[in-house]
Amino acid sequence: MKLERIIHSLDAVVITKFMSDGDEIEWACATDLMSEVLYYSKDSSVLITGLTKQQAIRTADIADIRVVVFTRGKEPDTPTIELANEKRITLLITPYSMFTACGRLYEAGLRCCPE
Amino acid sequence: MDIKDTIEGSFHIVGGDFSRAGEASTEIKSILQSLGFNKEIVRRAAIATFEAEMNIIIFTTAGILRYEITPERIKIIAQDMGPGIEDIKLAMQEGYSTAPDWVREMGWGSGMGLPNMKKNSDEFKIDSVVGEGTTVEMVIYLDNTHS
Repeated sequence: MKLERIIHSLDAVVITKFMSDGDEIEWACATDLMSEVLYYSKDSSVLITGLTKQQAIRTADIADIRVVVFTRGKEPDTPTIELANEKRITLLITPYSMFTACGRLYEAGLRCCPE
Repeated sequence: MDIKDTIEGSFHIVGGDFSRAGEASTEIKSILQSLGFNKEIVRRAAIATFEAEMNIIIFTTAGILRYEITPERIKIIAQDMGPGIEDIKLAMQEGYSTAPDWVREMGWGSGMGLPNMKKNSDEFKIDSVVGEGTTVEMVIYLDNTHS
């Protein structure tokens, strides 16, 4: 799914952006548990999480995830945004809950990382 | 990729310091990337290293994360001065965790750390003495014949 479609489906606010609208995201990983991200995710995934801390960005970077979405409109603090800039991770905020955000992306055709 | 000698180094990790959590693993990942290793090998090594670093930060007062890269393999050794693990078999079970609530609020402590280190290594060894500390040794081979 193109990044543009993800942003549109989630009515997301773009905080940092290091990809083109047309870049493809293949999978989604939704969790607040960072070890689950490391265990189950694939590269070229979007991470959907309610954990709006530096740890989410650090974990995404280690796992080669280039897009992170924070749910429920939760705004990250400055160090988290700075880390996203440093690691060139695209950071989005959606007003939706994790359940709704996942539902909208599923409906748009995105699927969970295969185990 | 062309490594003739062993490349090695180490990082001191301070327990409880979440503000710098993951910096050592990120550094090791950058070194592996600069050596031109296959993306999947780098990813596996980075994930295994990150989990080991987080365990030192979460459970111990201090530890050392060492890396050793040869033409054949990447070796990561995480040695800590923590409380040690009483029942390693139990600790290796997915979902088993003794992490306190504040750690869970930071997104960690789901009981996947050690299984994740094992999953991403070709060789995984853990030695622990209660009251003294734990040493984890992980090897990732650079060709695919070992995995």
